[in-house]
Amino acid sequence: MGLTLAEKILSQDLGREVRAGDFAVFKVNLCLLQDGTGPLSVRQFRKLGFTKVFDPKSVVIFLDHAAPSPKCELSNDHIFLREFARETGSALSDVGDGICHQVMSQYYTSPGDVLIGADSHTVTGGALASFATGMGSTDVAVGMGLGKTWLKVPSTIRIECRGDLPLGVYSKDLMLHIIGKLGADGATYMSIEFGGDTIDKMPMSARLVLSNMAVEAGAKVGLMASDAAAEKFLRQYNRGVKYREIKPDPDAKYASVMEVDSAKLEPVVACPHTVDNVRPVREVAGTKIHQVFIGSCTNGRLDDLAIAASILRGKTRHPETRLIVTPASRRVYMDAVEASYIKTLLEAGAVIMPPGCAACPGVHGGILGDAEACLATTNRNFLGRMGNPKSFVYLASPATAAVTAIKGVITDPREML
Amino acid sequence: MRGRVWKFGDDISTDLIAPGRYYHLRSNLPELARHVLEDADPEFAAKVKAGDFVCAGRNFGLGSSREHAPAIIKMAGVGAVLARSFARIFFRNAINVGLPAIECDTAKFDAGDELEVDLENGTIRDLTKDVTVAFHPLETAMRRILEDGGLVEHIKKHGDFAIS
Repeated sequence: MGLTLAEKILSQDLGREVRAGDFAVFKVNLCLLQDGTGPLSVRQFRKLGFTKVFDPKSVVIFLDHAAPSPKCELSNDHIFLREFARETGSALSDVGDGICHQVMSQYYTSPGDVLIGADSHTVTGGALASFATGMGSTDVAVGMGLGKTWLKVPSTIRIECRGDLPLGVYSKDLMLHIIGKLGADGATYMSIEFGGDTIDKMPMSARLVLSNMAVEAGAKVGLMASDAAAEKFLRQYNRGVKYREIKPDPDAKYASVMEVDSAKLEPVVACPHTVDNVRPVREVAGTKIHQVFIGSCTNGRLDDLAIAASILRGKTRHPETRLIVTPASRRVYMDAVEASYIKTLLEAGAVIMPPGCAACPGVHGGILGDAEACLATTNRNFLGRMGNPKSFVYLASPATAAVTAIKGVITDPREML
Repeated sequence: MRGRVWKFGDDISTDLIAPGRYYHLRSNLPELARHVLEDADPEFAAKVKAGDFVCAGRNFGLGSSREHAPAIIKMAGVGAVLARSFARIFFRNAINVGLPAIECDTAKFDAGDELEVDLENGTIRDLTKDVTVAFHPLETAMRRILEDGGLVEHIKKHGDFAIS
């Protein structure tokens, strides 16, 4: 019997074969901290008696959730993390450099890596065939000190996507569709393994969306095989030498297999207040939207800004709908400036925020007022997520977001493509 | 362990437990704990007593990896979280901070019921209703960590993981 991707990566890490259900202590290749979870991690690291990280090149500290800092307490947390990075020699990704998951994908995460991050969307790295998973501050503190972590090898749901996505339907719609089917806890403790020709044809920017949101179905990891697209992506960031082909075995044993006919999908939105509350855009079309947010580790990449710019070119946002755009990283921002997407978006009435998490986790950068609704390209719409428990968040693709910004109400993107 | 039931529904996210608008209080856990579960039950933080139980439905603790969520539930004095099911990261974090997280059939318990939880034998007795609910003990790895009082104490004691 063959191995799933999760079993394969973890077996290679351990140097002996492990199967779903096995417990073991694994070597960690990369640790990620961010400014919300990092200070607690550092305090736990010290409480554990550690003074050195296991490998300074493998620990990356991000100031991204509250960047630039909106409060003095958070500015002090930033000072604390910068000092820790300096003391330990760990890499620091400072204010304005971008969201941890985007920057990790660009410069750090490689196929076969075991990556633990004190952030639930660490699963994003699964698109590069990395066993990338979110943990709490203490688990990552131990990982930084010992260079290892314990894991139960997850069983796997294989998601087989076949066919071409129709016009106006993107990987975000595909993933929301999958989460709607699985439910918010449908993959809890499990690995989701994405495959099929729909995925094979996707560029890395679209694949990262799928892995990023695996946690919204409860998954431990959201993996896909590495292939030419992964190699191209690594080369783009001068990391071609890090490429390694990792594929699941054809006779791997899956807990279940879900088949998706991609050609039959349509644009969808996740309605308040759970990510699995997924409905076709046409069913909620006309809902008044006060703010559109295009950004985040889910959909703040260059291709996302390109889609938004192509729709908004020569048009303007609805006068009663704010449009906030946040590139996922400094590199994305620079490329978007170069390609004139930023100019187009500014002309359309957008506010451009510096690279980072911005409005998504409700810390700053677009907090909603009472009874306001936001349509966001982010990954969570929980009550209070964007900073106000009296507001409403809808999740959708950048195309749906762009047309909604123009119309001021939720609108099917196919109307304007 | 003995205490009263505080009842919550399904899908209690970490945003409901430790809201993002208090992000700046994350390095001040006692202050953050004053807002624990505020958006799910505004009275909880002020009225919870030491030893009480948080008792919820499915997928408790979904969302972000913030360990502050179980940490402030524990800090508020809660003896254990009982839920129909837990989100993975919250579950692991709860054990790491030394907060028992028990997966069991919570439907029988109502707000205000007096419970007696026996971690060793895997039973919960509802003293108000005079019913007993059994639960599966933790897997060995997590039991070892919880028995040591959390992950920091576990690693300090053994110098490494000792989970088998």
